[in-house]
Amino acid sequence: MCAYMWAPPFSAVSTMELLSDQGLRVDGRRAHELRNVECRLGVFGRADGSAYLEQGNTRVLATVYGPHEARAAQRRHDVASINCQYRQAVFSGWERGRRAGGGGDRRAQELGALLQNTLESVVLVELYPRSQIDVYVQVLQADGGTYATCVNAATLALIDAGVALRDYVCACSASVLRDQPLVDLNSLETSGAPELTAALLPRSGRLPLLEMSQRFHVDKLGELLDVAETACRDVHTILNRAVRRHVSARSSEK
Amino acid sequence: MELETGLVTHAAGSARLRLATTDVLVGVKAEVGEPLPERPRAGRLQFSVDCSANASPEFEGRGGEALAGSIASCLTRAYASPSALDLRPLSIVPARQCWILYVDILILECGGNLYDAVSCAVKAALFNARVPELDVSSADSGRVDVELSDDPFKLLRLDVENAPCLVTLLLVDSECIVDPTQEEEACSKASLVTAVTAGGLVTAVTKAGRGSFHPTTVASALEVSSSDRVFLSVVWCRHCN
Repeated sequence: MCAYMWAPPFSAVSTMELLSDQGLRVDGRRAHELRNVECRLGVFGRADGSAYLEQGNTRVLATVYGPHEARAAQRRHDVASINCQYRQAVFSGWERGRRAGGGGDRRAQELGALLQNTLESVVLVELYPRSQIDVYVQVLQADGGTYATCVNAATLALIDAGVALRDYVCACSASVLRDQPLVDLNSLETSGAPELTAALLPRSGRLPLLEMSQRFHVDKLGELLDVAETACRDVHTILNRAVRRHVSARSSEK
Repeated sequence: MELETGLVTHAAGSARLRLATTDVLVGVKAEVGEPLPERPRAGRLQFSVDCSANASPEFEGRGGEALAGSIASCLTRAYASPSALDLRPLSIVPARQCWILYVDILILECGGNLYDAVSCAVKAALFNARVPELDVSSADSGRVDVELSDDPFKLLRLDVENAPCLVTLLLVDSECIVDPTQEEEACSKASLVTAVTAGGLVTAVTKAGRGSFHPTTVASALEVSSSDRVFLSVVWCRHCN
């Protein structure tokens, strides 16, 4: 009946307007450009590791508790178990979400399990037998590419906690619009086009996470994966720089 | 105390408050709905609290529901009084449509004195909230047309001058202390939470914890909380102006 002043008129934004003839997107970026990234490590004193990450208007907070003694049900004698929880704040999207009721949201549970699989490929779990690492991800504001931002924030939080990792996990979202591959989608672009989320381990070049929605032409998939890989390497550069800055700041404090 | 408003761009209003190691984020979203039958000419306010697992591993899954429920009900009772917050400007069509403000509180870090921090953040978020103004015109057949005004800067703001703030008084031996830290809370058996407006009106009182209060302690505690509330409102005015 009445729309918010500040919500984008979804019906008015068509495929033509998402990418202009000059190759500019809705927010003025080029197809291969990432949004502005701001990150801070060690934001919470109580958690063993924490990180706050902003990619454009998507804001995510990740905290890590552990490694600590595992609950009996989760204890494994030879490796650590990783417990992930993904939660989206009720006010994070354009529309007010369902009231956050005890993890009953299926999508949140699915994303939590997906995050656990992604992180298990990179954490050196053999070093922490019979213990548990809790990773909690809270989305404060969702503006597209939410899951990729969560993976990046979780990586930073694990680094801040001092958990041994094989490599960084750098994730990015990508799509194809009018035969042009785009990276790091915002919410307007996500609503119109199919979306691919991929994570990369930069040193080995392997992909621990690949998730795709809607329809893609199979011929485009190879090109899109290459574009996504390049974007993930850009994300890695940014995260690496942030971690080094944080560590040198911490060591100079002492 | 650090207070920031307008962080969440998708919400009508938002505020983040950091009180030592307690961190609270509040978002206010406005939606159109039906008013309460007993108050047809006023809008509605609905509180919901989410204890994030970031604050403590105990809040994972459904762990934080008990605490969340008690904070939400305390706030609902504090704002239930008509003298607390005037919701009449939120009415669109009397008895048919009104603005419902959903106040969603996210507890990011739990470091003691949670009730006070939450109530200050809620007050700040309501102060920051901007609701679009609607033009109501009645058509001939008794139908009422509601239209969004063309001017994007024509927004409704709430008068939160008298919005109550919660003050926690912790009972330690026979003394009452304000603004307790988490360690102090662990040492005490009971606390009294009062909702006080800037004018000194008490809108709600709750006792939390296992211990018990003597009636004279309650009376003196209420006096302390009203004077403390005056101090908080002075601090608040300085923050906002």
